[in-house]
Amino acid sequence: MSITKSQIRSGSYYDSVVLMQLQRNLLTLPGVEDAGVVMATPANLELLADSELLSDESKTAKPEDLLIVVKAGSADDAEAAIGKVDELLKARRSATGSAYRPKSLAAAAKNLPAAEWALISVPGRYAAQVAQEALDLGKHVFLYSDNVAIEDEIELKQRAGEKGLLVMGPDCGTAIINGIGLGFANRVNRGSIGVVAASGTGLQAVTTAIHNLGGGVSQAIGTGGRDLKAAVGARSMLQALHYLAKDDDTKVIVLISKPPDEEVIAELLTVASQCGKPVVVDFIGFAAPASEIGNIYFAAGLDQTAQLAVGLSKSNMRTPEVVENSHGFVRGLFSGGTLAYEVLAGLQNFLYPIYSNVAIRDSQELENPLNSKAHTILDLGEDDFTVGRLHPMMDNDLRLRRMKQEAEDKEVGLILLDVVLGEGSHPNPASELGPAIVSNRKTRKDLEFVALVIGTDADPQKIDEQIKQLEDAGATVLRNVADTVAYVAARLATQSKAIGVLLRKFSEPLAAINVGVESFFDSLKSQGAQAIQVDWRPPALGNEELASILEKMKA
Amino acid sequence: MANIDSANQQAVERMMDARPILKGVAPARDVIPGMKPNLLLHAGPPIEWERMSGPLRGAVIGALIFEGLAKNEKDATSLVEKGEVDFAPCHHHSTVGPMAGVTSASMMVYILENETHGNKAFSNLNEGYGKVLRYGAFSDEVIAKLKWMNEKMGPILAKAIEASGGIDIRALLSESLHMGDEGHNRNKAGSIIYTAKLAPWIAKVTDDSALESEILKALGENALSVLNPVMACCKAMADSAHGVEGSTMVTTMARNGTDFGMRVSGLGYEWFTAPAEIPDGLFFPSFTSADANPDIGDSTITETAGIGAFAMAAAPAIVTFISGTPQDAINASLEMYEITVAEHKHFTIPQLDFRGTPTGIDIRKVVELGIPPRVNTGIAHKEAGVGQVGAGLVRPPMKIFEDAVRAYAKKYKL
Repeated sequence: MSITKSQIRSGSYYDSVVLMQLQRNLLTLPGVEDAGVVMATPANLELLADSELLSDESKTAKPEDLLIVVKAGSADDAEAAIGKVDELLKARRSATGSAYRPKSLAAAAKNLPAAEWALISVPGRYAAQVAQEALDLGKHVFLYSDNVAIEDEIELKQRAGEKGLLVMGPDCGTAIINGIGLGFANRVNRGSIGVVAASGTGLQAVTTAIHNLGGGVSQAIGTGGRDLKAAVGARSMLQALHYLAKDDDTKVIVLISKPPDEEVIAELLTVASQCGKPVVVDFIGFAAPASEIGNIYFAAGLDQTAQLAVGLSKSNMRTPEVVENSHGFVRGLFSGGTLAYEVLAGLQNFLYPIYSNVAIRDSQELENPLNSKAHTILDLGEDDFTVGRLHPMMDNDLRLRRMKQEAEDKEVGLILLDVVLGEGSHPNPASELGPAIVSNRKTRKDLEFVALVIGTDADPQKIDEQIKQLEDAGATVLRNVADTVAYVAARLATQSKAIGVLLRKFSEPLAAINVGVESFFDSLKSQGAQAIQVDWRPPALGNEELASILEKMKA
Repeated sequence: MANIDSANQQAVERMMDARPILKGVAPARDVIPGMKPNLLLHAGPPIEWERMSGPLRGAVIGALIFEGLAKNEKDATSLVEKGEVDFAPCHHHSTVGPMAGVTSASMMVYILENETHGNKAFSNLNEGYGKVLRYGAFSDEVIAKLKWMNEKMGPILAKAIEASGGIDIRALLSESLHMGDEGHNRNKAGSIIYTAKLAPWIAKVTDDSALESEILKALGENALSVLNPVMACCKAMADSAHGVEGSTMVTTMARNGTDFGMRVSGLGYEWFTAPAEIPDGLFFPSFTSADANPDIGDSTITETAGIGAFAMAAAPAIVTFISGTPQDAINASLEMYEITVAEHKHFTIPQLDFRGTPTGIDIRKVVELGIPPRVNTGIAHKEAGVGQVGAGLVRPPMKIFEDAVRAYAKKYKL
């Protein structure tokens, strides 16, 4: 037999929703069969009456009274339930509820307007689309996802370049921006070394070594492993390099990658040579032409990279002067074969395409040594040229004729000669080369001559006089191969074609939207960055038919 | 094909710029286009008698008795079965009605005029709580209440509204959203504002102080008294946004207790329908979800126009409906921003730093993100005449959005 008990609380107002919740809780108590908790308005009393919960006593309740009615298996259970009412009314959820997790990038961007970065780690097939959306929203992209088509990578990076945004990746695992690690990153001191890496673990190894050597990192920017392929053209690395060149907090720049495609090397190192800061290059496994060329330092391995960078960051070396830019092709007319070869080995890292009759790479092979094309380095002591005549170290005739031929080519901007002194060589080479330079410069005022003079002050040709004659003729004289390469590379550096709009300074504190792997979000938060997690799901929940219609609707 | 984004922008601007003014009260047959004596308007998409749910059938029977076309349930049923009663969605006649939404020729209806675009919208008078026609009740007391509303309160409201020069319902909503209302399930503040605005005019046009008192009591005690003008206001807004070529914005969501229906601005007057779901919520004493009828009513016009569940953050007092904390209410609104075209220019939410309410549902975003709109709703008993059994949250079936996306692709040859 059920027992109904009630209680009237005069003058206690509660919103009906609170009371409905209370009533639901009462129903969970032992022995309770039904319950009604209402403000005793006529309509509510009627409702209770319909449910057979209205006792005579309850009928006396007034509209401003709280009426509690419990029907239970026993009087004790009913009383006990009514006795719990206060406790239940006071009960609050311990949590105040968690913040909203947006489902779309667009909503995340609205909810965290400060976010300048989007970390994307969704499955590869969706990654390009999400990255595209992030770029459309004006965010830099850290693209952890892999299995993104190279065509998509190119399109994303092109688009980013046009908007002054950076795409790190795809398949970029790590970066440190304004001291905050993105993806997998070590906690390292902040400092004056800016790192750009196409290799995630390479970046981690170098940044940690920098920290352990007492140095610090201004920014560490990942590019993804394919960035230095010719098709992608190092768009991200070039953007990063330009950014670090302008960044006041960066004193030394480090570039890390597996050996890039040759035209990419040329473009990268050209930009590096122009950046006005020392650049430590570690193209892992790359045969460096020298340990240093101008402001570029070639490191052998990751550890040496860090050591060089830390050393440079602590030294008070002057900022390398940026050589004023010229234009046109170089034509190197060498009498010394090894000099030609080594200059080619150096210049091939800056100038592309470059040809030679002593080619290092197959692509450099010059079909006809009698006709130069693009940048050309010629060894005039090769058999093609010396049949029936003296070696060019003794006889300048061939070089003089070739100089004239090159000078007539309007695309040529710089003629590079070696002048090798010493026993057996021409007794006074400058006396023939000097006037020829003067005469060629009469018709080609814009044409520059550079002479690499090899010899000592004990040599019979009197080196000082040789140099003076050449300089008087208007040539720039250099004394070793590395300086020559650095000078010529700097003079003929071409503006990078791919970088687009320069990146704006990254804002501090860093704020980011994370789409995908949640531990990246947790890591951002634990480093004190502002972050928002997107509860990402595939478009149309993976329904391909609908997703493809939606895609068409966007077009 | 028009650019979808700009079409949607145009549609949502029209919806937000609409300024519906409550201009009067008059019998449906005098003002609702196409209204006739044997026509009953109902909530939701088109439906035939055979498929009508309990509460809608109950309301149909009640309306036929009210109109004097039938004497009792049996009479009414046979009239319908003989095919002598025509049915049409309220929405086909610029009208909206809460729950069953049944509106007949003699019923007094509110007249809303959109001053910006010139269109009109209509809604019946709210009956208050308890046994009411909109939940399918048709007992004598229900009919008596309707008659009192129609014959006593209606004419006074008509005079009072006319004397007031009109009441700007959009402005009223802007205010009530700042007072804890979301405009659908909670209209407490709005109803008080409404009563306060009308009271001086009611006093002025009524000679009979007892009647005056009764009317003011009915308006003031009913926390839903403004719901019907609010719904008609939203209807006028949504209608003004309908028919924008290329737009993917929703301009109608409505349920008839059997089906949930939707129409889209750029897809003509085609209804996209699927079976309505049972709302999830809190129940009155002795009722459970087993008693609940599938979702019913035109009141989803509020969500369509950017209030109701979309403005949930403004109404923390009713968060328990959505199982929780004030943060959950904020999250509910934040979620709706993801699927909408704009933030409302006139409806703002204090709790979100006065951000405009999420306005203009975009079917593309609903399907892409898999987020159906939220709807706050009353829950009707599945049997005619029992009445309201609870209130809570429901979402339209995803299928109608998917079908609409497909229909769009077909119409616009994508």
